[in-house]
Amino acid sequence: MISMRTMAAIVAAVAALALAGCGERPQVVNYKQGKYQGKPDTAAYSNAPFNGNKQQWDNAIETRMQAQNEYARIRD
Amino acid sequence: MARMKFLCDAERCIECNSCVTACKQEHEIPWGVNRRRVVTLNDGVPGERSISVACMHCSDAPCMAVCPVDCFYKSEEGVVLHDKDLCIGCGYCFYACPFGAPQFPQTGAFGVRGKMDKCTFCAGGPEPDRSEAEFQKYGRNRLAEGKLPACAEMCSTKALLGGDGDTIANIYRDRVTHRGKGGEVWGWATAYKLPPAGAQPGVPGTGAPGAAPAPAAPPGGAKS
Repeated sequence: MISMRTMAAIVAAVAALALAGCGERPQVVNYKQGKYQGKPDTAAYSNAPFNGNKQQWDNAIETRMQAQNEYARIRD
Repeated sequence: MARMKFLCDAERCIECNSCVTACKQEHEIPWGVNRRRVVTLNDGVPGERSISVACMHCSDAPCMAVCPVDCFYKSEEGVVLHDKDLCIGCGYCFYACPFGAPQFPQTGAFGVRGKMDKCTFCAGGPEPDRSEAEFQKYGRNRLAEGKLPACAEMCSTKALLGGDGDTIANIYRDRVTHRGKGGEVWGWATAYKLPPAGAQPGVPGTGAPGAAPAPAAPPGGAKS
């Protein structure tokens, strides 16, 4: 005969396992220094000419992106 | 910065293949490998549509899921890249990709199949940025130079947009608003907006586009 304490322990263990099944892994890319998902690489802004200045790189890319919109370049 | 994406405006694409040529030239792609290509539907029939296709850098990329040696990775900007030192050239990614993006060179150390090659969004690979080794394996790393992919920047009609998904979606939305119509109309005037009323072709200051004759207004007209 299973004691109440044992039963409670089993129920708690099953509940913990069931809850773990509902876990969600983050799906965004996790960049670790020098590694992307286990493969060595560097961020686009790491080296010259940006030398780690992400804001400067963002601005350069944003300017290039907006240059694709001729409605923004040549207004009525 | 969110996720780097391509968006091809089928209303504008004129099948000039400048994107394909720009890619080939920029990365010195060998014969037989096409990282980008232009697909035309209903070729020769009025209303034909062309679209430039390459790796779409999927958010949940099937190539990454099926690769037996796990050679793929995704950069901070959402670009799907792969490590050619890990790739075994099995071709599973080609079966999985809905766009036929993975390419396999016909010559080299791996015989007829070779290691997989695909669009890198001009972001190179695992080798040091802008190094000769990176160029030899993956082509030029324009993203590390603060530039967008060569195909998008060289597109003669700006049909192919490249960059942050939200930004290029806004650019596309701006275009559709200016056109004033959806996908049911096509042609030059649809893609490039009608000249204002009273514009005289070739006369500066009237708003007319060069010497081109003013096209007839489509039903519904364009908003400006």
